[in-house]
Amino acid sequence: MSIRVNDTEVPPPDDARVSLLDLLREHLHLTGTKKGCDQGACGACTVLLDGNRVLSCLTLAVQAEGREVRTIEGLAGANGELHVLQRAFVERDGLQCGYCTPGQICSAIAMAEELRRGDPSYVTPDIAAGPAAVTREEIRERMSGNLCRCGAHNGIVEAIELMLAETAA
Amino acid sequence: MTPLRYVRAADKVDALARVSSGARCLGGGTNLVDLLRQNVEQASELVDISRLHGAIQERDDGGLFIDASVTNAALAAHPLVRRRYPVLARALLAGASAQIRNMATVGGNILQRTRCTYFYDVDGARCNKRQPGAGCDAREGFNRYHAILGASDQCVATHPSDMCVALAMLDAVVHLSGASGDRSVPLADFHVPPGATPQVETVLLPGELITGVELPPPTDAMVRSDYRKVRDRSSYAFALVSVAGGLALAEGRVREARIALGGVAAKPWRARRAEAALIGVAPQSDAFVAAIREELADARPLSGNGFKIGLVERTVVAVLTALAGARA
Repeated sequence: MSIRVNDTEVPPPDDARVSLLDLLREHLHLTGTKKGCDQGACGACTVLLDGNRVLSCLTLAVQAEGREVRTIEGLAGANGELHVLQRAFVERDGLQCGYCTPGQICSAIAMAEELRRGDPSYVTPDIAAGPAAVTREEIRERMSGNLCRCGAHNGIVEAIELMLAETAA
Repeated sequence: MTPLRYVRAADKVDALARVSSGARCLGGGTNLVDLLRQNVEQASELVDISRLHGAIQERDDGGLFIDASVTNAALAAHPLVRRRYPVLARALLAGASAQIRNMATVGGNILQRTRCTYFYDVDGARCNKRQPGAGCDAREGFNRYHAILGASDQCVATHPSDMCVALAMLDAVVHLSGASGDRSVPLADFHVPPGATPQVETVLLPGELITGVELPPPTDAMVRSDYRKVRDRSSYAFALVSVAGGLALAEGRVREARIALGGVAAKPWRARRAEAALIGVAPQSDAFVAAIREELADARPLSGNGFKIGLVERTVVAVLTALAGARA
């Protein structure tokens, strides 16, 4: 079974120990996805697996067989037009060094879908009812799995707010 | 990580056969893959159960049966869990990050290992859990995160799960399958105190597999419940302490009280002494303090975690006070 990466079928690695992150970066040379801690503590390696955000460092590549992986390289349109959140990151200064950015963007795209579904978060006052409003507190909690050592979090939250406003309109 | 074989389980029977012959069960991999990479654990074969159909089924009595391969994210988002067992949804959402909750399974969450840094430090630290008889560097080391209840001279590690604290409070039952058949164990009895054998963490036998978790029909204190986690940062961190609480009142008195503590022991700590002390009392702060002090009478703090006693006390009071004031 192959792995579908950004609409291209690729074979799984022969060695089961290869992480999805190393498959992307070292085997496929898709170096947009970043290796931060390699132990599930920073979120820099976040990719979308069948549309859900996961950590590629803790996923064995063989676990992605028969599934669809989307990375930062697979977000822009066919003509190179940036994804609405990529544009929002530029507009709202959602980065400084840029190392955490691909993970932040993949993570936030999936987060928007979780919000649309009405999934609660730890800070949602009424767990049964789900989030009533998308507050900054909600966004910060939902994005807490992506660390930014430059401290660009304010710009990141603003970029996400801009995306949510643009896609709701 | 040493070389290993990866197999996707065809079904439960296949998974069981492979686990019986020595394979390690792989769920989301969020803990096991890391442990293998750090050489804390070794495996020659992994049997991946994460693609087995994971269902959450309502039982005739109003309880729920949750398959072991259900993800933490799916369980937290389930409408019946959110409505009938809000403490469980909140506890799940307090754990890890959204990315990790999308991967991590219920079975894997129960079986996750301690985050004691000395347990992880294969090259630099002594650890009785990792290497029985080696010694424990946590006891006299950096033990801010370690246990105050039920620890031993051999081990002071804590169990890191949030989900399990809620499950202990809810009287959840763990279902197991093995070569000699099926059995079930209350979650509160599934993890064992370290004693002289800290390498033994649960009652799971070699070759056995967790197949699911059963929640009993919701009582009033399960429906009126919540989870609060206190951490060094406000999100994406393991608990210093956490509290799962549930309260039901009748005529201004406590009729049913449920309390479990996280971050204080090698297992989710069901505070039965405190629960018993609350029955029939007026739901007020001084009664909550007296009850939790009974539970903590046996607490034995280490050099760096004495603050946990007061922190547990204040967190329990905060949770119960909010529940007492919440609409029934």
